[in-house]
Formats: sequence, structure tokens, C-alpha cells
Amino acid sequence: MDKTRFILISVFVLIFVSYSFAIEKSPLEGEAFPDISITPPENQNDIDYLGLKEKKSFKLAQIKADIVIVEIFSMYCPYCQKEAPVVNELFNKIQENNNLRNRIKILGIGAGNTQFEVNLFKSQYDIKFPLVIDENFKIHKAIGEVRTPYFFVVKINSDGSTKILYSKVGSIQEPSDFLNMIINKAGL
Amino acid sequence: MKKSSTFIIYFLFILLFLSSTVSGSFGASEQFKGKIFNPGNLKPIATKTHLKKGMKAPDFTLPSLSGEKISLKQFRGKKNVVISFVPAAWTPVCSDQWPGYNIAKSLFEKNNAILLGITVDNIPTLYAWTKEMGELWFPVLSDFYPHGAVSKKYGILRPDGVSERALFVIDKKGIIRYIDVHDINSRPNLEMLIKELEKL
Repeated sequence: MDKTRFILISVFVLIFVSYSFAIEKSPLEGEAFPDISITPPENQNDIDYLGLKEKKSFKLAQIKADIVIVEIFSMYCPYCQKEAPVVNELFNKIQENNNLRNRIKILGIGAGNTQFEVNLFKSQYDIKFPLVIDENFKIHKAIGEVRTPYFFVVKINSDGSTKILYSKVGSIQEPSDFLNMIINKAGL
Repeated sequence: MKKSSTFIIYFLFILLFLSSTVSGSFGASEQFKGKIFNPGNLKPIATKTHLKKGMKAPDFTLPSLSGEKISLKQFRGKKNVVISFVPAAWTPVCSDQWPGYNIAKSLFEKNNAILLGITVDNIPTLYAWTKEMGELWFPVLSDFYPHGAVSKKYGILRPDGVSERALFVIDKKGIIRYIDVHDINSRPNLEMLIKELEKL
């Protein structure tokens, strides 16, 4: 009987371990955002918004901001479609605030999407912040193949290092609460 | 007592096995979380269709989700038709294919085209599955009975009874203008399809 119990417990432990390994693949709060190159947005307005010097692949830490909100989405994902107006509202709230406008930027990364698909999503939902492509799932793989939409809030330190303040799948819920959460966590 | 613990152990091992296999996510939507069956990586294409560009598209009549029957020939002389066959409801890639077409309505309209979505599933399954996608603007047809008859007519019924992931573009005269029998494991990109529509 004791033997059976031992086996039972070890199987439970195995399951637990396998689950935690699965989760560990995505960068968590407190960790750095993967130092991976990102395809630049197509239009100049978006490049200016991110504070990039030229239209060239870039790293997240090169974005001119204290905080970057990264949304991993797909044009094909119904949840992302539903979330689009919510993120637009968040963007508007940031832009309306003189103190936050230059400090918090939003970047959407289209997992497995082509430029055409990302453009369709952008125009369909009248999205004013940059959306970039991740056509071959390169970024998506580096962040543990998360489900979409997935949000990261990343702090960019003055030394160019990054620290994730928020890492979670699903809706950001109420934009003003989400923004307050960022302000509190980042000490803006 | 001993028997039941052995059973539990087997059960947990199966769980463990499943938890390790169901991991690839295809950039999958959070909407379908926990509801999508993962068949693993399948043989990309398992059939060879006899249909070719320039041939007349085989006619068919199928029941749609909304209750009405839809025939291909009802669009003759009126609209270009895109048929999107997807392998089955509740499978990874297709669950994220039609929602994309759902926001591309204007692109279809601009090219005077209607989209017909077809799977070999029955209507109740299609109902539950498409409900997860929100309101779809295009008809969804059930090729359930006789099983996969239309998929077979189009030469894309796989030996395991699901259809290929395939796109057919049919012009107003009923002639096939484009065929993409796609790797079942990946999603055809939208601009290829739209480009073909623009050529009509």
C-alpha cells in the first residue's frame, strides 16, 4: 500500500513539474524581455512614435519610452478582435495625458501575421499605435508560444536593460484600471 | 482498493502524457482555450484532387447554419465564390482561419465575391464552434451527410474522413480559377487569396 502511495505522489509531482516547466517558457514579471529583433512598422508615423531613428529592425529597449506595453495578437484571433477597441481606449487615455504620452508606448506584434494581415487589422479597428509583423513566429516562439491576446508591460531602464512588470494572457479589462496599475508598478 | 489506486495511477499517467503533448499553440486565440483538440502534426496533404484551374466547378447543395440550403449554382452570373474547406471544427488552425475572413468582408465585397465555409461536421457542432468566433457574415455549410460528399467531389476528402484545408476560387461563370490545397497544419495567408480575387 505504501508503495502505491509513493507512486501516486511521484506521479503528482511529475505532473506539477511538467506544468511548471510549460509555464516557465514565457518570461514572467521581474524578468527581462527577450533581446530579440523586431521588424519595424511600415509607416513613418509609427516609426516616429516609437522614437526609432530609421526604418530598421530594432530591439524593444530601443523604443523611446519608460514603459512599453506589448500586445501579442493575431488578426485571426476573435479575442484580439474583441480586445481591439479596449486597447484603443487605453491608447487614447495615454495620449490625452501630457505626463504619460512620451513615457508609455504601445506596440502590437502580430504572431504569424503578414504585413497585409496586420494592415487589415489596423484599418478595420482604426488602430493608431504601431502594429508589426512576426510572420515566422520568431518572437512568438521566443516568448513561449503564448495564446493571444497576451500583454506584457515592460519597463525600459536607463542602462538599456528591461524588466517585465506584467505578463498575462487575456483582456486587460478596464483600461483606466490597467493604466493605474502600470503607473503604480512603474512609479511614474 | 488496490485496483482503484492502480486505475488512478494509469489515469494520472495519461494526464501527464496529454499535458506534455498539448503544447504547440499556433498563435492560437485565448478564446478557444481548452476547447481545441490538438491532433498533432498531420501529413500536410493526403489527397490529390482531380480538379484543375479552368475546369467547371462541381455543383452541390448543402444545408447551412442558418437553416437554408445553399447551392453553388445560385451564384452563377451574380458573384464570384470562394470556398474555404477546413478539416474539422475544434481543431487548431481552422479555429483561427475563419475569424480572420470575418474581418475581411470588405475585401470580398470589393471583388464581388461571396465566401462559403465548409466542413464535414454536423450542424450542431458547427453552431457551437462558430459561436466562439462571434457573428460570421458568410454562410457555413455542413458536408456531414452523406459524409464528406462535396469534399469528395472536389477531390479533397482525406482517408481519415476530414477534408483538406483547401481554397477554391470560382468565377461568375462557375469556372475554377484558383486552387490552394494547403498544408493542413498551417494557415493560408490572406493576400494570396485576395490577389487571386483581384485577377478575376
